[in-house]
Amino acid sequence: MNFSVLGVNHKTAPVEVRERFAIPESRLPEALGKLTSMEGVEEGMIVSTCNRVEIFARSKDGECDLQRFVREFFGFSEGEYEPYIFQHESLDAVKHVFRVASSLDSMVVGESQILGQVKEAYATARALGTVNSQLDQLLTRAFAVAKKVRNETTIASSSVSIASVAVELAEKIFGSLTGKSVSLVGAGKMCELAARHLIAHGAKKIFVGNRTFDRAVSLAEKFDGEAIPFERLYDTVPWADIIISSTGAPHAIFRKEHGEKFLQARKNRPMFFIDIAVPRDIDAGLNDLDGIFVYNIDDLQQVVQSHLGDRRKEAVRAESLVDEEVRKFEARAQTAEVVPTIVSLQQHLETLRQAELDRVRGRLGELTPEQELAVETLTKGIINKIMHTPITTLKSAARDPESTTVIDVVRKLFNLRPDPKQESTPEPVEAAAPAPARPPERAPAPEAEAPALVKQIQK
Amino acid sequence: MLMLRQRGERFGKIAVPAVGIGIVFHLVSLVETASLHGYSELLTIRQAESALALIIALIFTVLYVRYRTASPAALIFPLIFLLTFASALSQQRTTIAQSPIYGGWIFFHVCTLIFGYAMLFLSFVSSLLYLLLSRQLKRKQPSSWTSRMPALQEIDELGYKALLLGFPFMTIGLLAGSVVAEERFGASFVADPKVLLSLLMWAIYLLLLYTRWSAGWRGKKAAYLASIGFVLAVCAWGANYLSKLHRFIAP
Repeated sequence: MNFSVLGVNHKTAPVEVRERFAIPESRLPEALGKLTSMEGVEEGMIVSTCNRVEIFARSKDGECDLQRFVREFFGFSEGEYEPYIFQHESLDAVKHVFRVASSLDSMVVGESQILGQVKEAYATARALGTVNSQLDQLLTRAFAVAKKVRNETTIASSSVSIASVAVELAEKIFGSLTGKSVSLVGAGKMCELAARHLIAHGAKKIFVGNRTFDRAVSLAEKFDGEAIPFERLYDTVPWADIIISSTGAPHAIFRKEHGEKFLQARKNRPMFFIDIAVPRDIDAGLNDLDGIFVYNIDDLQQVVQSHLGDRRKEAVRAESLVDEEVRKFEARAQTAEVVPTIVSLQQHLETLRQAELDRVRGRLGELTPEQELAVETLTKGIINKIMHTPITTLKSAARDPESTTVIDVVRKLFNLRPDPKQESTPEPVEAAAPAPARPPERAPAPEAEAPALVKQIQK
Repeated sequence: MLMLRQRGERFGKIAVPAVGIGIVFHLVSLVETASLHGYSELLTIRQAESALALIIALIFTVLYVRYRTASPAALIFPLIFLLTFASALSQQRTTIAQSPIYGGWIFFHVCTLIFGYAMLFLSFVSSLLYLLLSRQLKRKQPSSWTSRMPALQEIDELGYKALLLGFPFMTIGLLAGSVVAEERFGASFVADPKVLLSLLMWAIYLLLLYTRWSAGWRGKKAAYLASIGFVLAVCAWGANYLSKLHRFIAP
């Protein structure tokens, strides 16, 4: 597991530094080529977004100088920007990748963009062949972890901007926004932004009322809506389901008595007032009316804050999920290390068995098919019995950080070469006389013997 | 005849499948009763109560599938429980006196009213949920409860549709009952407490529909009216035990 990651992100470096590290999409193939041609680097991938530039690599023996790559690629001098750079190795790198993909490392925790960006970087690296084996597995796992975090926590389920909270509330009131009409009172920037969000969610008819009629007209044109002269405002407002107000008026434009009239005209269908003006355009008393919901800028901000708080709480849960996944990934990687040893051990014993069988065949003479089968079963059975405990020990050793010792001992004991396909020298083994064959798949050796054997091996 | 309604103690992963299992057992039990004793068995009060519980449970399931919300459960489950409990407790196999002439009418009367009751109960539940959700939205403190609820307008439409669907059934059912009663007891049947309560309930629902249609009453006012209607409906149902002529008579 020789993964390394090096980079700068919004936590370690200000934007002036991050932009020096940014790698535009057009230069990505060049950078990846350079990275993987470096000494010791087997695989590589680069994520470059406005909040982070991160270089992932897998090296042959855990030795790769990513700092040098950065210096050479960007032309920095020795030690330049060093305080801004972070670097993680092996398991820490795995954890970092999981956290980035799950959006736990993001500026707004839980935002979904980062996963898409990592996926994009992965696709590019894959297409170029710079990600092909272990790093590939790591990234695939990271995407699965990200999905799990999204599904099992509510980290990404709430809105955290004023405009999206407004849309969310509107949807809580009206269900789908398809075909709903919106009235903009005042033609400010915030109004426009909120309207854009609502339209993106299906709102149809837009009315724009403004004291300066020309501005109303120009804003209405943008949304394909209708400009309303300010004098007719109170007549047209009841047509709208959602009213966004942001005028510079020094006092409230909509008061309780207006609300009562609106409701009457609308047969009490609900209305949603969003007041983003300071001083407020909408009298708080309007909120007391059955069917009218008024949210001012502070109320929206409060919802945003509470959602952010929820996300922070959920992030704690997500972190422990990630930790668990890192442990699983580690265990899997170690099992993968142990597999070649088990395979070569099995092959070694099978060769021995065949050789011994061939040797005694002459002495046994003609055998009936039944006898032939019995000899096969007997010899295989003996091997399986002998193999059982060492294999179990090897597998459980895989979960132990000191597994390499056990693997080495087993290899030495059986004289296994590093290459599992290598033939090993057969040693003389006492030929077993053809005894009555016992059922081959008997219960394996008792588990209790295993620890004793592990101790023996470790000595 | 045991009512094998399984009820989840906690709302959550087990409750909804439990309702599903409950419905299946319940249905089996009702069908078996009917096949053993003929359809007239539905006319016993315990079977009518049990059938109503079944329909309400079915409505809950439909709502759950459609809106992915189990929140009506808080209001619906106690009622289902009460109905099945009452139905399981009542020992006497009482039924409305049968005569070949009225049998069909009475069966019709019971069926339409059971459906009508279920729909009106649904409308009552929606108006309460509407009120709760709109309070929550006005208090401006989002909670996990609000995020799991369907939208305000969806609840509103659901309640209105239930009302629109339930009211005709209620009307037809009451009419059918009146026709039979008129035949048997003459015009004096109106003076019976059960009949009076039923008529009052019917009038409330008419009022509910009218205010909704003409003035678009929603929220608080509609919820109060619907609550009155619901209380009257419960009374009318309970009045079976008081009424002289609408008594379920042992066969």
